[in-house]
Amino acid sequence: MAKAIREVYGSVLAELGDTNPNIVVLDADLSGSTKSGIFGKAHPDRFFNMGIAESNMVCTAAGLSTTGKIPFVNTFTVFLTTLGLIATRGQVCYGNLNVKFGGAYCGMSDAFDGATHHATEDIAVMRSLPNMTVIVPSDEKSTRWATLFAAEHIGPIYLRLSRDVYPDLYTDDTKFECGKGAIVRDGKDVTVIACGLLVHKAMEAAELLAQKGISVRVVDMYSIKPIDKELILKCAKETGAIVTAEEHNIYGGLGGAVSEVLAWGGAGVPTEFVGIQDTFTESGPYNQLLAKYGVDANGVIAGIEKVLARKK
Amino acid sequence: MPLSKARIAELNELCRTFRIDVLKAIHGIQSGHPGGSLSVCEILTLLYQERLNIDAANPKDPNRDRLVLSKGHAAPMLYRNLIEKGFLPKNSMMTLRHIDSDLQGHPSMHTPGVEMPAGPLGLGLGAAQGMALGLRLNRSPARVYAILGDGETDEGSVWEAAMSAPKFKLCNLTAIVDYNKVQLDGTTEEIMPLRDMSAKWHSFGWNVIECNGHDIRELNAALDACEKMKDGPSVIIASTVKGKGVSFMEGKAAWHGKPLSDDDLAKALAELGGEK
Repeated sequence: MAKAIREVYGSVLAELGDTNPNIVVLDADLSGSTKSGIFGKAHPDRFFNMGIAESNMVCTAAGLSTTGKIPFVNTFTVFLTTLGLIATRGQVCYGNLNVKFGGAYCGMSDAFDGATHHATEDIAVMRSLPNMTVIVPSDEKSTRWATLFAAEHIGPIYLRLSRDVYPDLYTDDTKFECGKGAIVRDGKDVTVIACGLLVHKAMEAAELLAQKGISVRVVDMYSIKPIDKELILKCAKETGAIVTAEEHNIYGGLGGAVSEVLAWGGAGVPTEFVGIQDTFTESGPYNQLLAKYGVDANGVIAGIEKVLARKK
Repeated sequence: MPLSKARIAELNELCRTFRIDVLKAIHGIQSGHPGGSLSVCEILTLLYQERLNIDAANPKDPNRDRLVLSKGHAAPMLYRNLIEKGFLPKNSMMTLRHIDSDLQGHPSMHTPGVEMPAGPLGLGLGAAQGMALGLRLNRSPARVYAILGDGETDEGSVWEAAMSAPKFKLCNLTAIVDYNKVQLDGTTEEIMPLRDMSAKWHSFGWNVIECNGHDIRELNAALDACEKMKDGPSVIIASTVKGKGVSFMEGKAAWHGKPLSDDDLAKALAELGGEK
């Protein structure tokens, strides 16, 4: 059953707290929204509400991690990766400290609050920090895995989480791996490499284009750093064209990460970038925003058509 | 515990030699921050050489005391203290700021004995607070110290932590402000007036103690008093002199981050009584 990503994350955090006494959780007065409050209710002695003070929250987590605790810090994605950034860089990443970052309302998922509350540069920011791992789950199962993996992994890790409900993509027995992507639909004409919500939009696009005889491969690149170089180069070789799709600025995010691999590998295939076109967004119903800013199935289709024209 | 006169004399002699070694290292690489290293000398030396429960042979002891040098630019005085405690080789001081050295311009976790990276100002108190929270959860008797510059308190994040530590009633946390009244561009009064520092901290819910930050006996008594507080964190506003011990540096913003010339070093060493 499709579930809100934040709800899954909050529930898994609380479960982790049941079995691991070292898990501690911090929030910046948004625990009702990020759902870290589910942990807070279950384990009040290990939950710290830091007030509206993101920098201090990350500093505190940095200190906690040096005493053997495994801190998860939580707030809206955009505040975590801007106001929380100085300690993320200067303490957590520089010191390679064991702090976990939950960015709760990625992309435009906090739709009505508008551009100030939309996170469209967080992947670029977080993946450029040495020692940081970046994971973007795309459904309930991958969110569950990502949260459990974050607790096991030693070192800083960023989970890009959504306010939204994502449809199911994976089954209970799916094996996820940090540094790997998954082919979630096979095809031969073009590969869409997507993350998060855009994996679902790419699946819709692939279904629509199949009716026109275009065979689209869809990759869920849930591990953005480290990234699955082998899979990217294999897709470039086998399908001859790449479209990246993300709810993020076209600069510096998944598109940037995939391009780096293509350039490094000398793959040289036509590539198009579906994402927010280096602009600020606005308030509105989520689906209307996704359509207006070109990050829905139609946006992915447009990207595929452009890349296929260039492929020929 | 009060210190004997003999012990105070020993610590003062250590401070004298540490000042010399720090100035020589900054002169050697022609880069570094003499002013703030000299003002924090007695604070760091008393803590490291007398009070902190730390052991270079067991550096990860979960019950060790922690010190976060939030004013990371005073790193040379931290390193000199870590050398004395055996965390770093005796001959490493002159590698300060050299390539491949553990003695980075600002503290890094690569350096044995450093508990938290520092450099960007305003972050150390929050990290120390996290350590204090974690140690309390671990039921550890260890104490945590955060050393802040007074210019550093321009940073808003200092006051975020100043607001939260009393909420968590962290009696195992002590902040010490190196109140030397001079920052990089001028006096704190010119650059960003601090007004009533003690009243500020008091209103945030801290136990506030004022003392002379160059007087080992006073500092030690203040630290004793902090350990007795059972209702929350304490802050020591330690009045100091930037560049303390070298007359031409004292109270001068110009010496915040300026290396010494050969002549400067010779004069400074003479004033400090030279090497024995």
